Amino acid sequence: MRDARGDIRRPIGLRLWLSGGWLTLLALGALFTPWIAPKDPLMQDLFLGRMPPFWVQGAEPGYLLGTDSLGRDVLSRILYGTRLALIVALVAGTLTCVIGATLGLIAGYYRGWPDRIISRFVDIWMAFPPVLFAILLIAVLGPGLISIIIAIVVIDWTRFARVIRAEAMTQGAMDYVASAQVAGRTRFGTMLTEILPNVLPTIVALLTLEMGIAVIVEAILSFVNLSISTDSPTWGGMIAEGRTSVHQAWWVLVFPLITLFLTVLSFSQLGEGLKDRFDPVLR
Amino acid sequence: MSGYLIIRNLTVRLRSGPVILRSVSLNVAAGQVHGLVGESGAGKSMIGKAVLGTLPRALQITGGEIWLDGVDLLSLSAAERRRRIGATAALIPQDPLTALNPSKRIGPQITRRLIDILGWTKQAAEARALELLDEVQIPNAARVMRSYPHELSGGMRQRILIASAFAAEPKLIIADEPTTALDVTVQKQILRLIAQMQARHGTALLFVTHDLGVVSKVCDTLSVLYAGKVVEEARMQRFFMRPIHSYSRALLSATPSYEDPLGSLTPVSDTVIEEVEAEVRWHDARAGT
Repeated sequence: MRDARGDIRRPIGLRLWLSGGWLTLLALGALFTPWIAPKDPLMQDLFLGRMPPFWVQGAEPGYLLGTDSLGRDVLSRILYGTRLALIVALVAGTLTCVIGATLGLIAGYYRGWPDRIISRFVDIWMAFPPVLFAILLIAVLGPGLISIIIAIVVIDWTRFARVIRAEAMTQGAMDYVASAQVAGRTRFGTMLTEILPNVLPTIVALLTLEMGIAVIVEAILSFVNLSISTDSPTWGGMIAEGRTSVHQAWWVLVFPLITLFLTVLSFSQLGEGLKDRFDPVLR
Repeated sequence: MSGYLIIRNLTVRLRSGPVILRSVSLNVAAGQVHGLVGESGAGKSMIGKAVLGTLPRALQITGGEIWLDGVDLLSLSAAERRRRIGATAALIPQDPLTALNPSKRIGPQITRRLIDILGWTKQAAEARALELLDEVQIPNAARVMRSYPHELSGGMRQRILIASAFAAEPKLIIADEPTTALDVTVQKQILRLIAQMQARHGTALLFVTHDLGVVSKVCDTLSVLYAGKVVEEARMQRFFMRPIHSYSRALLSATPSYEDPLGSLTPVSDTVIEEVEAEVRWHDARAGT
C-alpha cells in the first residue's frame, strides 16, 4: 500500500539557480558597495565625460562601464543604486505582503461583512491608475525613501488581498477545515493553523513578484525625478539621464537598464521556483 | 429519553428564506448505527453538519433541539458547544482527498485533538495514533505518521480519517457518505472497517448515505429523507421487509438486485413524487411557512 507519489524529488531547477545567483550577487554588491565601488558615484570630472566601457576603443582605465556626460563612473552609480533598489524591494515588498495577505486571509476565510468591506475597498482602490496614484502620493508626501515605500505599499496591497482572498476561500471550503472545527478549533485558530500554511506558497510567490514590482515602481518614480534626493544615484534616474544622450553614450542608458531587467526577471523567476518547492503537493 | 443523539423538530433555513430541513426528528441510541438516506439535496448531510456545528454560513438553525449526551447543544454558547462537540463527537468526511490538510504530516493531524481537547501528552497521543493506525490496518504506521497526505492513496487516507475519528473515543461519529469518493473495490473494505471499529468501540454512528445497499449492511435503524423531511423512520429489518411509505417502497424497488441488476430497476414514479411533495406542502402549510 505504498505508491510512488512520495518518491518524486525535484532537483533545484536552473531558473532557481540563475535567479537566486543574480540576486545574491546584487545583495553582496549592495552590502559592500563602499568597499567595492571603484569610484565615488557623485564625483564629477568633466574632462572624462562619456568615456565608453572598457572593451571599446578609447576607454579610460578604471572606469569599467564607462562614464556619463558629467564624468561620473557608471558602475559605481549602479552599485549605489542597487542599495536603494534592494532596500525598497525588501521593505516595501514585505510590508505590502503583510498588509495585503492579512486582509485577504480575513476576507476569504471569514467572509460575511469583513469580506464585503475589504472587497469593496479593494475594488475602489483598483480603479485608480497605480502609477499616477503613486506620483500623486509622492507629490503630497514629498520625495524620500519613506515616501517611496509608503507609495508602493499603498498602491499594491490590493494585489495580495485579491489573490490571497481567493486562495483562502478555496481552502476554507475544504473538508479539513470543517474537521478542524469539529475537533474544537476556534475560527481564528483554524485560520492560522489550517488555512495559512496552505496559502503560504502563493504568498511567497507573490512576495518575490512584488519585490520585482517595487523595484520597477522605484525606477519609474526616480525616472520622473520623484525618488529620493536627486544627487543619490538610482537606476531610474540613470535611465532618465542616459536617455537624453543615448546616441552619444549608449552605455549610460543600457547598463542600468540591463541591471533593472535582470533583477525584476530574477525576482519573478525566484517566486515561481520557490512556489514549486514550497507546495506540498508538487514537492 | 433514550438515545445518545436526539434531534427534535430541527428546522434549518437558508438565510434568504427557503427551508432546508423541515422539523427533522431522529434518535441515535448509544452504540447503535442509524442510517440517513435520501436523494441528493434531501438535506441528509445538513443534519450531520447542524449537529457538528459546521453548517455553511448561508444556513441557519431556526428551530428545534439537538441533544448530545443529555445536553442541548443549541442552548450552549459557541465556545462551549465547540468544546463539547470536540470532546464527544467526530466526523468521517465524504472526500478523503480534501479532508486532510495537505501541508501537514499525518501524525500531528491525528494527535491534534487528543492534545488540544483531552490534554494528553504528545508521547501518549502519538502512541495512541500508532495503535489506531494499526487497528485500521495501515502497514508501516510509523512511516505513514511522517508522510504528507498527497503521498498516500485515497483508500489509505480514508483509513487514516477513520482512525482519526475514533482517536478520542467519541461517543458519536457522523459518517458523511464515507465511501462515495472511493473505488468500488475499496468501498467494501472501508465499509467493513467502519462497521468493525464501531462494534469494537461501541460508538453511536450516524451514517449518511444515498446507497440503500450500504445501509442494509451496517445500520440498525434508519430515516428516509425527502426534501428535508423525514418520511419514514424504521428499524432495519422491518424497513426492508415491509416499507410503509410509498416513497420508501419506490426507493427500494429502484435499488438494483444482485440476481437481475437491470431488470429489477424501477424508477421512482411521478405519482409517488407527487404524494411526497403533497406531504411536504402540507407540512409547510401547517408550520406556517
